[in-house]
Order: sequence, then structure tokens, then C-alpha cells
Amino acid sequence: MSTLVFENVRLIDPASGLDQPGRLLVRDGRIAGLDQAGAEGTPEDATVVNGGGAVLCPGLVDMRVEIGEPGHEYRETVKSASRAAFAGGITTVAVLPTGTPAIDDPAMVRLLRSRGEEPGYVSILPYGALTKGCRGEELAEIGLLNEAGAVAFTDGARAVSTARLMKLALTYARGFGAMVVQHPEEPTLAGSGCATDGELALRLGLPGIPAAAEAIMIARDIRLAEMTGGRLHFGHVSTGEGLDLIRCAKNRGLPVTCDTAPHYFDLNENAIGDFRTYAKFSPPLRAEADRQAVCAALADGTIDAVASDHTPRDADDKRLPFAQAAAGGTGLATLLGVTLTRYHDGTLSLPEALALLTSKPATLLGVAGASRRKGARPAGTLENGAPADLCLFDPDRAWRVVAGELPGHSQNTPFDGRALEGRVMGTWKNGVRVFGDSA
Amino acid sequence: MAEGQAGGSRFFGASGRHLLGVQGMHPSQIIPILDLAETYVLMNGSRKTPRDRLRGRTLINLFFEDSTRTRTSFELAGKRLGADVVNMSIAQSSVNKGETLLDTAATLNAMRADLLVVRHSQSGAPALLAQKVDASVINAGDGTHEHPTQALLDALTIRRHLGRIEGLTVAICGDIAHSRVARSNIHLLSAMSCRVRVVGPPTLVPGAMSALGVEVHHTMEEGLRDADVVMMLRLQRERMSGGQVPSAREYFRFYGLDRRRLDLAKPGALVMHPGPMNRGVEIDSQIADSDQSVIREQVEMGVAVRMAVLDLLARGARS
Repeated sequence: MSTLVFENVRLIDPASGLDQPGRLLVRDGRIAGLDQAGAEGTPEDATVVNGGGAVLCPGLVDMRVEIGEPGHEYRETVKSASRAAFAGGITTVAVLPTGTPAIDDPAMVRLLRSRGEEPGYVSILPYGALTKGCRGEELAEIGLLNEAGAVAFTDGARAVSTARLMKLALTYARGFGAMVVQHPEEPTLAGSGCATDGELALRLGLPGIPAAAEAIMIARDIRLAEMTGGRLHFGHVSTGEGLDLIRCAKNRGLPVTCDTAPHYFDLNENAIGDFRTYAKFSPPLRAEADRQAVCAALADGTIDAVASDHTPRDADDKRLPFAQAAAGGTGLATLLGVTLTRYHDGTLSLPEALALLTSKPATLLGVAGASRRKGARPAGTLENGAPADLCLFDPDRAWRVVAGELPGHSQNTPFDGRALEGRVMGTWKNGVRVFGDSA
Repeated sequence: MAEGQAGGSRFFGASGRHLLGVQGMHPSQIIPILDLAETYVLMNGSRKTPRDRLRGRTLINLFFEDSTRTRTSFELAGKRLGADVVNMSIAQSSVNKGETLLDTAATLNAMRADLLVVRHSQSGAPALLAQKVDASVINAGDGTHEHPTQALLDALTIRRHLGRIEGLTVAICGDIAHSRVARSNIHLLSAMSCRVRVVGPPTLVPGAMSALGVEVHHTMEEGLRDADVVMMLRLQRERMSGGQVPSAREYFRFYGLDRRRLDLAKPGALVMHPGPMNRGVEIDSQIADSDQSVIREQVEMGVAVRMAVLDLLARGARS
């Protein structure tokens, strides 16, 4: 029996609303209780971790991650992604199904899940392909994929294009209680565009995508969700107009949710100035007013989760003329630090910021506490009996992002040079230290 | 981040060794180019050019997109200044076979080129090359971004005919959205305090255009009124028939330059076109060949302006 005690920590568990100084006890890889500072003595056999007053919270749950496996191992493997995730305090990742091949077969779902169960690796919650091969033509085997453990269904950064197919998907998935995750961009309006329509795209001579391509898709799909009763989630929402529609749908009681990614509340389109491909994303970075609208939607709860949208790409995919370069950036190691900028600027309280990274995405993915799906491994919680997936961080400790020196294989961060406050001191999975001094 | 957009490294100037765009150029950078080009116009006329100016220098014309006139113009400019000129036409297909733009850059570095004239179908490609090569890079047209030497030669043509650039009203007409010539001209003419109008069907004029400080018009009748200069743009074939414009004949009917419309401009207004022209699509043949047309002179000015640009960049590299 191994026992671990965290002392002198500020315990924050957004799932239960806990935020107090105290101690946390871990036995045999599971959380075995917590108490207030100064309570009873330490068990004799325990290993003690003195947190020095830092925050101890559930290991983060990142609900939108691309890994190179299968098919693109030169970008990232489960091993390299685990290293990056642990350095970022993340212990559970939901992996997009858009590898090669696409995750449209139950065996692939089981394989990915089992990769995450290997010792020293981050837990993997696979998304299932919404359509076969993520080609957007016919539905994938949603029932079988769901049974195999797929947590939700999506075609990744490919929007489900036709209203007919989306209606079908929402209707069919409803039968399994499964969530459909849409890329909020009307693809015919997006065309071959690679920047948000506006003055900057005009000056750079880059084909633009109207920002309204997002709202148009969101409006259509909210209506389809209402029509079908399906469970709908929008990934990486980035415009004020799109968020207004989601806010309005939520106020009407519709089961519609969304997430966003750090680059949409920390960067605006000016980051692509002079054709900087490392700031190329899909959807593209937006005007400053939209960035501010994303911050406001984080504050008022319209946005349910912050996900890294980790998209590893090697230099050859990025060092191309802008329109030909790959979209996306790495984000595992910077997820917490960039999200905490919104705590430091007063947009969010610390428990609110952590809820967006732990309990809320866990709930969306069906792995949270009591409401979790059958057989799921609990994540994003400090409840008794849950696996001891933990993140210890100092919210005020500063560090600088340096591309080339980040953990993980690909180094295509859009935050190169960015100074951040909030550094992970240690990460534990199943009570085993996987990042930090004694790892 | 924002500083990258107006950064000095893209232009002539203290730190600049490339000509990647007109955006951000100041009249104090533009006028010396025009003045020097003016002297080359005279020398070209008397067939006495300083062939020692670029002696021993290697100029590579790197064209990823077909162009006869621009390539020839740079080739002549380089040769008249005594440079060794090499033309490399790289069809898009061979690039797709695996050699990336940056592989090409490494190859050119190994060849020790001094001046690199680049045309590419992708906006920003010359800027990317410029980061990786030792040579001075001159943008000879990239995607829908910029075509700086075209704007400079247009400015020189205007100045020689009208005696000035400042304060003129210039109407740029046609496919503004996909035109690098229009963008470079807008930047240059605005910097030189012109009143710039863009005229075209709404499908070919980006909504953000007015943010560049130009007037937007959707009829030729409004746009040409009292203009000193009318610049026509080439309508790409793929825009006609089902694209942004229903047909060539409809386009000519509403946006073609004919005598009636030209008469709305100032008497003696200049007619310009970067070529090659679609006669009967954007411009009436008679107008193209009329006294008001300076289209052939634009070609002549092109060689002189490019000589001036090559000369200045080579001087900058020397110092």
C-alpha cells in the first residue's frame, strides 16, 4: 500500500466548489480524502509532498487534441503528447478522430483508449468519426463506436456541410445519447480562405473567410438541434456573433454547448501580420472585437470549456506561403498558462478558470463524477475514490514560452516569446508523479 | 506583432535590402526611385546605359508563374546595367513534386545570386524567400498581394505626363479583389496624396476596401467623373462566366471603358492598363489605341523603373 500526502496546498476542486487550504491524501493511486490545514497527523508510511502554498487541483481535461497517431507519428505520438500534456498539468485528453485512418471503427477506438492506459501515458478519450472516414458523406457506426467508448462524434476541423446530413447525424446520435461536435464554419463560404475577411486579409492579399461563416453555421445547427432533440456541441467558437447565438439557445433551454481555445482569447488576427503561418488557424484568428467577445463569453458562462486545440505540425507544413501552410498550433503545454491570463486580468476567478479546464469538459465528455457514463474512468474531480490525477501549480510563477524548447515533438506554438504567469510544478497520474522535480 | 506589417525590412531604407511591397513606403523612399528611373529613361533613349553598374552581379529571375513581359522587363533592366541575368521558370508542377520554396531558396543561396526577382502565385511567397536568402529579393508579383514595380512604373508614367502625382484623382477600375496591381497602386498613390477611387462590380471589390482610404464606386459613370487618370485592370478569364461576373459581354456593358465613359473624366485624362489587355472585355480597342492611352509607355517606363530598383538595391547591399 502506497500513501501520498499533499501538504501545504490550496485545494481547488471546481466540481464540488471546494477552494481552501488543506491536505490531500492519496492511497494506491486513488484519492482517499482531504482535510483542512492543520488537521490530524500524517500517516507513518506516507510520502509527503509539500506544495509550498501552490494550488492542487484535478489533472486538467483537454477536450480537443490532435495526436499524430495513427498515421502521422512524425508530428506527435501518444508518448510525446503525454510528455507535453503532463508538463501542462493535463492528465486526460479527448483525441480527434481525424488521423489516418480516421477513427471510424470500434477497434480503433479501443486501441486508442488502451494506448492511454499504458503506464506513464495521458488518458485518452477518443472521439468517434461522425461520418465514415470523416468524409462528410455517410454516417459512421455511431452505435458501435459509442459502445467501444467513443465519447462524442465529430469530423474534426471538417464541418458537416449539408443540413440534411447534420439533421440525420443529430437524430441518429440522439438514440445513443451521443453528442455531436461541429466545426462551426459554413464550408462553402469559407472556400479556400485562410484569414478572416477584413482590412488585414485585404492588405495581405489573402483569400478571406467572412466571420459570419461561423454564425451562419451555428444558427443552422441550433435550429437542427431544436428540430431533432439532438445533443450539439460547437468546437473552438471564436466570434461574438456565434457566441450570441449559443447564449440565446442556452437561455431557451436547448442542449447546446461550446468550447473555445486559448488562441481565440489571447490573440487576434494581427498575429498573422507579415504572413506568420504559425498564427494560421482554422477557424482563422479574428478581429479584436471578437477576441473580446470570447473573453466576455468565458466570463458569463456561455463557453463551457477551454480546450487546447492542440494541432502538432512540423516545420515543413508551416514554412510555406501562407495559404498553403497548415493551420493549427500546439497547445498542451501552454493551455493552463494562457487560460490563467484571464484569471490575472480579472475576467475569471481561479476556480472558474479551472472549472473550464477540469470539471466542465469532464461533464461534457461523460467522465465527471456521479453522472459519468458506464465504465468511464472519472476525471476532472478530487472526489474520494477517483484516480489521483492531479495538477500542482503556482498561479503567479512566471515563465516564457520558447518554441523549440517546449515538451512534445512538434513546436508550432503561436505563443513563441509570450510571457505567462502560472507554472505547473508537478503532475500526477494514478498517484504517480509524471511531471515535476521527482518525476 | 503589428510592427511586422509596417516593418522597415520589407522596403528600401536603412535596414531594407528587399522590395517586397509598396505598403508602408514613404514618399521620401518613392520619389528617389522615380528620379533615378527618370535618368534611365533618357539613357535608354540614347542607348547609353552604365553597363558597369551591376557588373559581376548575378540577377536571377525566379518565375513560379508565367509572365513574359515582366520577366523580359527585368531581364532587360538587369542587362542594361551589366548584370549576369539568369531566367528560371519553375512550373508549379515541379514544385509539387517535393521541392519546397525553401529548398529553392537554399539552392539559390548556393548559387550566390545577388538579386532575386520573384513572381509567385501565392501571396507572401517572396517575403518567405526573403527570410531565407542572402540576395536582395524583389517582388515581381505575389498572388493577390503586391506588385510594387508595376505601381512605381505607373507613378513614373503619370508624373511624366501630368507633371505631378500629388493631388490627382485616379480611378482604378475592374477586378480590384484579385488584383495585386490595384493594391500596390492604392498604397503608392495614397502615400503620394492622390485621391484614389476604385470602381467595379461589388463581387470584385472587397468590403474592407474603404478601410484603405479609397472611395468605392460601383458604376463607371460615378467613378470616372473628373478623374485625371483611369487605370483599367485585366479581368481574369475565370471570373467571367459563372464566377463573380455572369459573362464577358455583361461586364463590358457595365464596366468596360469606352469613349462615352472616358469623356466623363477630365479632358485628356490618361488611360492606363498593366497588360495584357482583353480588348472588348475591359477596354474598347479604340480607347486602347487612342491618344489618351499611355499603355505602351508604361512598358517603356517599366524597364527604367526596374533599372532604378536594381541599382538602388545593389548600392544598398554594397554599403
